[in-house]
Amino acid sequence: MSLITTLARLEACRTGRAQPAATVRHRHLSERPLVFVPLTTAGEAGAPLGALVGTDRYAPRLLAVPQPRDRDLRFTFLAELADVVLPYLDAYTEDVEAAERNETDPETGKRVKVEVELCADAPQLIVPSRAGVDFVRLLGRSMRFRRTAEQDPEAPYPAPPRVPLLGRWLTHFGERARVPGSSLLPAMTDLLARHWATGQSTLEDQHLGALLAWIDPPDGSTGAEAALHAELARDPEGQLMCPPAGPATDPAFDNKLLAPAIERYDRARTALATAEDGPEADDRLGELTAAEREIRELVLSRTLPTWEKVWQGLDLLRALPDGAHVEERWTRDRWSFTAHRDRIVAGEPPQPRRDDAVTAANKLAAREREQARLEAQEALDDPLVMAGRRLSGEAFAGEVTDVVMAYSESKRPSPRPLVTVRTEDRPHLGERVRVYRSLGGKPQAAEFVGWEAEDLLVLRVVDKMGRGKEPEAGSVPEKGDQLCFTLFEHEQRGGPKLPDPQETPWTHGGPPGEAAAEAADPLTSEDVL
Amino acid sequence: MPLPRTRGKALRQRLAELRGPDLPAKALDARALAALAANPGCKRRAILDGAGVNKAAVASALGSPSAFGQSQFAFTRGNAFEAKVKADGGAELLRLVHEKLDRRAEPPADAQVPDLAATGPEGRAARTALALREATAAAGTWTLLDHPMLALDVAGSPAFLEPDAVVVHPDGSWTVVEIKSFPMLDGSADPAKVGAAARQAAVYVLALEEVAARLDPAPAVRHRILLVCPKDFSNLPTASAVDVRKQRAVTGRQLARLTRIEDIADTLPEGTCFSPELPSDELTSAVESVPAAFAPECLSACELAFHCRDRSRAAGAVTSLGRSVRAELGGLTTVEDVLSAARGEAGDPEDPAVTALRRAARLRAEALQNRGPLATVDATTGGGRS
Repeated sequence: MSLITTLARLEACRTGRAQPAATVRHRHLSERPLVFVPLTTAGEAGAPLGALVGTDRYAPRLLAVPQPRDRDLRFTFLAELADVVLPYLDAYTEDVEAAERNETDPETGKRVKVEVELCADAPQLIVPSRAGVDFVRLLGRSMRFRRTAEQDPEAPYPAPPRVPLLGRWLTHFGERARVPGSSLLPAMTDLLARHWATGQSTLEDQHLGALLAWIDPPDGSTGAEAALHAELARDPEGQLMCPPAGPATDPAFDNKLLAPAIERYDRARTALATAEDGPEADDRLGELTAAEREIRELVLSRTLPTWEKVWQGLDLLRALPDGAHVEERWTRDRWSFTAHRDRIVAGEPPQPRRDDAVTAANKLAAREREQARLEAQEALDDPLVMAGRRLSGEAFAGEVTDVVMAYSESKRPSPRPLVTVRTEDRPHLGERVRVYRSLGGKPQAAEFVGWEAEDLLVLRVVDKMGRGKEPEAGSVPEKGDQLCFTLFEHEQRGGPKLPDPQETPWTHGGPPGEAAAEAADPLTSEDVL
Repeated sequence: MPLPRTRGKALRQRLAELRGPDLPAKALDARALAALAANPGCKRRAILDGAGVNKAAVASALGSPSAFGQSQFAFTRGNAFEAKVKADGGAELLRLVHEKLDRRAEPPADAQVPDLAATGPEGRAARTALALREATAAAGTWTLLDHPMLALDVAGSPAFLEPDAVVVHPDGSWTVVEIKSFPMLDGSADPAKVGAAARQAAVYVLALEEVAARLDPAPAVRHRILLVCPKDFSNLPTASAVDVRKQRAVTGRQLARLTRIEDIADTLPEGTCFSPELPSDELTSAVESVPAAFAPECLSACELAFHCRDRSRAAGAVTSLGRSVRAELGGLTTVEDVLSAARGEAGDPEDPAVTALRRAARLRAEALQNRGPLATVDATTGGGRS
């Protein structure tokens, strides 16, 4: 955390209200996001309890599992989830535009441009918190290896048809969420914490209710008071007034409300199974339905407040103007979405449990590159972020006080103007260190020549001035210009290319060989009680 | 058989007085141990834990109840899983220990599972020590100690610990077994949870080493513990060896430098008592008489955290925003100090922390001056509250 953010946090403490940590919005927001508020069962891995999901703020779809340990009910839940999520994704796979991509021609080995499809827009799944992102990944893992009756007639407990497909998509979203700056699956707490500094620690910012309380406190109370209320206030029955954003539920809710309701449901189900005649069965079916409705209402009562908070967060974020590079990063998300769509259409198997060495190295390299890209772009888009970089000596801003024309000493002299800049910043400059400024959206490089006075430094501009002897108009800074130079590069170059998976060296396990179809998780009798 | 070191009766009595008349001492549980590792410098936590005070009850009595609790679903599942792992005289558990830690030994068959029942923690600890000595002497056999009781000297008072299991190998070495109910998915588990389990196991290793040191020849306590978790989405046990040397070293060092509880107790006024039954103002002043060192990490480890946070915020301490914040502000410790130094109203301009603050404040103000009109949420633009 930079000192500037720390100051903003302290200012928030003093004023009782969150302070801006950004002047523009640094993440893409879809016009029609799919909000997903899941709940899980404590102590069980991948046993959903229910969810609110949908694209319409006023009409969320409620899904609930009355007995989370029952495999059939779990499959019903997942099938219903697939019915909501997959049509939403499908809507984006069809609308495409033509684009070009560099590919290596398999015959000549040359880089050629290939005409490909790029989805015109991509879906966006929004979850309340970082734990929600992990849960999406977990759900994906639990579903993608399942076999449907159609794929494998022998499979015990076949999954409903679209469940494995949903698992592959959720896995993809979960993986993409690990790429810095991506927006396919953002967590609302991360989005808000990126744009506002609250008067509490980053740890406490993980609580969606408390975070929103600082950013947008109810009239008449300070952020600290409202946050405390969100964290701890309980109703007379001992239940939290602001239920946790999940997927984990509050233990008091589990013990006092949910457990008795599930027990009633189990009893009603046993009673129905032992009913002896029609009228008795009808009565008991009524009891079972009532017990199920009770659990659905409990799930709704714990997810609806979070649902509303996610939309409130979206309102707040939408009020910020877009950052200039947000669209470019979103295009990368669209590429990622399109690529996965193509893999599914091509009939490729689900993502493996473990990546092979080359894929893993590629993923890591991509994340590092995107992190550097994100940091550079955020600074260029947002003076407040740039201020942090200036403070740490990675950038400087100031006024041009003098420009002297000079030329390189080659056979064909090129312009190498010397620019003197007055700055109060303290950049870490060594001899011939390269610095960059943005010129019409492109970086122009200059070399550091030396300090002329304590606040005067001289730079030699080295490129983007055209091919002629005279620099193109507007390509050289002029006296009086206010400029900002950075010591970091604006655009990220890719690292060295990694070998194809088939060429993996033995030091890294050798070629992965033929991809064997991964078996589904074996089912054990303990899965169901 | 030596009993856990007996300490001066005076201290024991003093701690009982601090706890309150007729209240049983609360054992040092996993959460207290985690808090110990997270915040060794907190005297308030040290004395309350040392005296065996029920901090959750104190927190409720102070009006800032802790938010900890366990769901009965997690509890049932955890117990069912542990029972499954230890079923059949621990056959599956021993198979995992053999496979993951000691493949050269004979596969376990006819393992001993001694009865460790006794009255009181002291009695159980003595019984455990005896069973460990016998098992170590019986070379060539596997022994499983189910829920043994260990004593560890924490800041001058004994804490009783109950690991899930300890296994004695045929070569006489000892292994701590930790059974957890979070899943090991495709061979990896949540790093935060594994870390917590490793810290907990490291404390058990330290306690076992104290027992071992009293035997001659002293048996080895293995520094690789066995972590047993459910495999993927099933209820089948799988295990992984976890090296806890680092955690053991860290915890050992922290235990050694813990302010001695005796010393803290001596600084308290006569008649101080932390009983939750006291009137709230008396309890508050008793708790306030011991200094705390609040940091946000406390929220996940200590029952009193919300109370301490209130105090820390009321005092304007910058540490309530995180320890890293405190680190970069040098000698400035309160919100007002920092802000007035940043505004140039106070602070030594020669102090590098103050210079950096002023530059930061100037840069921030400059950046915000040119921002768009929508960058903050005013009461008027914050709409959408439903």
